[in-house]
Amino acid sequence: MGRKLLLEKAHVEGIRHYDVYRREGGYRSVEKVLKTMSPEAVVEEVKKSGLRGRGGAGFPTGMKWSFLAKPEGVPRYLVVNADESEPGTFKDRYLMEFIPHLLIEGMICASYALGSNRSYIYIRGEYWWVKEILEVAVQEARNAGFLGKNILGSGFDCDIFVQPGAGAYICGEETALIESLEGKRGNPRIKPPFPAVKGLWGCPTVVNNVESIAAVVPIVNEGGEEYAKLGTGKSTGTKLISACGNINKPGVYEIEMNISVEEFIYSDEYCGGIANGKKLKACIPGGSSVPILPANLLLKTAKGETRMMTYESLSDGGFATGTMMGSGGFIVMDEDQCVVKHTYTLARFYRHESCGQCSPCREGTGWMEKILLKIDQGKGSMSDIDLLWDIQRKIEGNTICPLGDAAAWPVAAAIRHFRDEFEWHVTNPSEALVRNYGLANYAKPLEIAAPTA
Amino acid sequence: MKFSEEQLKKVEEMISHYPEGKQKSALIPLLHYTQQQNGGWLSAEAMDYVAELLKITSIEVYEVATFYSMYNLQPVGKTVFEVCQTGPCMLRGSDDIVAYIYEKLGIKPGQTTEDGLFTLKTVECLGACGYAPMMQLGPDYREHLTKEKIDALIAEGKAKAN
Repeated sequence: MGRKLLLEKAHVEGIRHYDVYRREGGYRSVEKVLKTMSPEAVVEEVKKSGLRGRGGAGFPTGMKWSFLAKPEGVPRYLVVNADESEPGTFKDRYLMEFIPHLLIEGMICASYALGSNRSYIYIRGEYWWVKEILEVAVQEARNAGFLGKNILGSGFDCDIFVQPGAGAYICGEETALIESLEGKRGNPRIKPPFPAVKGLWGCPTVVNNVESIAAVVPIVNEGGEEYAKLGTGKSTGTKLISACGNINKPGVYEIEMNISVEEFIYSDEYCGGIANGKKLKACIPGGSSVPILPANLLLKTAKGETRMMTYESLSDGGFATGTMMGSGGFIVMDEDQCVVKHTYTLARFYRHESCGQCSPCREGTGWMEKILLKIDQGKGSMSDIDLLWDIQRKIEGNTICPLGDAAAWPVAAAIRHFRDEFEWHVTNPSEALVRNYGLANYAKPLEIAAPTA
Repeated sequence: MKFSEEQLKKVEEMISHYPEGKQKSALIPLLHYTQQQNGGWLSAEAMDYVAELLKITSIEVYEVATFYSMYNLQPVGKTVFEVCQTGPCMLRGSDDIVAYIYEKLGIKPGQTTEDGLFTLKTVECLGACGYAPMMQLGPDYREHLTKEKIDALIAEGKAKAN
């Protein structure tokens, strides 16, 4: 069994409250940083840990912190991104719901490192009860003297506020989140300037995912080098994976990044295999925007190597034959699922969530949705498949924020790997209405070209 | 529309979360609160009042209220079923849940029953994919939905109205 750094104590009775959390060793990292470390030293430990942003992009957190501008006399802000909205992703909710103080503890350390005296948690409005759990936890931390003025006599002041969103996936994009926190529509900003220079209310700002900030606690407690010993290669530490779809045990799992995808899906410690004795057809391993892979390419790379649950291995082969770790939203599809229909629901999602600023995304997501629906309903033609491909190519890279790419990739990957299923819908329209294409060849072992040397 | 002393205190507390002069940041939380105090929706009058409270123009409120999906700009039923229909929920049968609600209440997504008790909405991913199919019901989630659970929720909604 892999080590757990974040959720190890998540199910200790009463851990949601300060007293139990403290008794279990909580807030030690705050004592350590405030009493024995300089802010720069905290940033250094995070850099050494190799921690990569857990929201989806995987950018090194320590490096992001070191970009923060520090002009004299200007406040700086830490904003935690708890706007978890990527379909398939529900790990941050789990962490905040069961062990909210871990996030607050990490935020105090991070706020100290960054020099933020007023930090915010921006949480999606639908997680209303989680917002209330966090507000209670913040108040408890305040009462215990871990928030407020002159924390532990260190001279460092910090307070935390919980800000709700109101239903907009786009606010997970950091500049849209900042706009929303300023009381505006969630329209992403043109970068540069980056938030590290000009963010919340025009001040230098760091926006980090919930899980990234929670990981600061074990990094401070054990040291960055110790943290980096877990996992493999550039995938250090542990990762929360939220698993859903047609599996026996949907839920949130903390994995050490050294297990195979196959073990994650079939082992009883994790997903427990495909539900109802069915076969695995396809999987989107990192949240809905990362490329879908058929079973054969999911379990083995195009080179025939075992695919691992790491940033490097999941992206092995690029988009041609690989995918991404993304947010860790692991969506599993069994042999009875229809890739066309599933892709249609995702296209509808992105059309609904497009903020409308950039024409390629605003118009393109609508077209993709309509064409996919047409094919799913047995009214499509072969040229529609090419048209879909053409539209997604014209969205990708042509928008202010990555929502355009996020909308394009699922459609591109579905056509790349499941084109025969799309074509079957076109050539067998009436049959497609009553049954699904099925497993076809998607789980057959890949033919690996023999090495020629 | 006018808030009581007590309600105004709540508004003041919200504004205190931000630095001096940045009270516009309270707009989203304040719209949630106003909607909740106004029978579940935001009328033009309610939005104008919010603008007044935050010392911003009405258009600044409208443009936000129309952007975010949690704000209702039309009256809704006393109980609102917001059923998630995105990919992961679809894989676990959310279409059947929507169809079953139609069978029981005769309402399609976007409609309200004639007696004003129930509104059905379909929504996009609510971050409960592992507990699918699911819906939002006021401030809470209802997960692992089945036909039996829908029957119970309908009974609950009717009991609440009496």
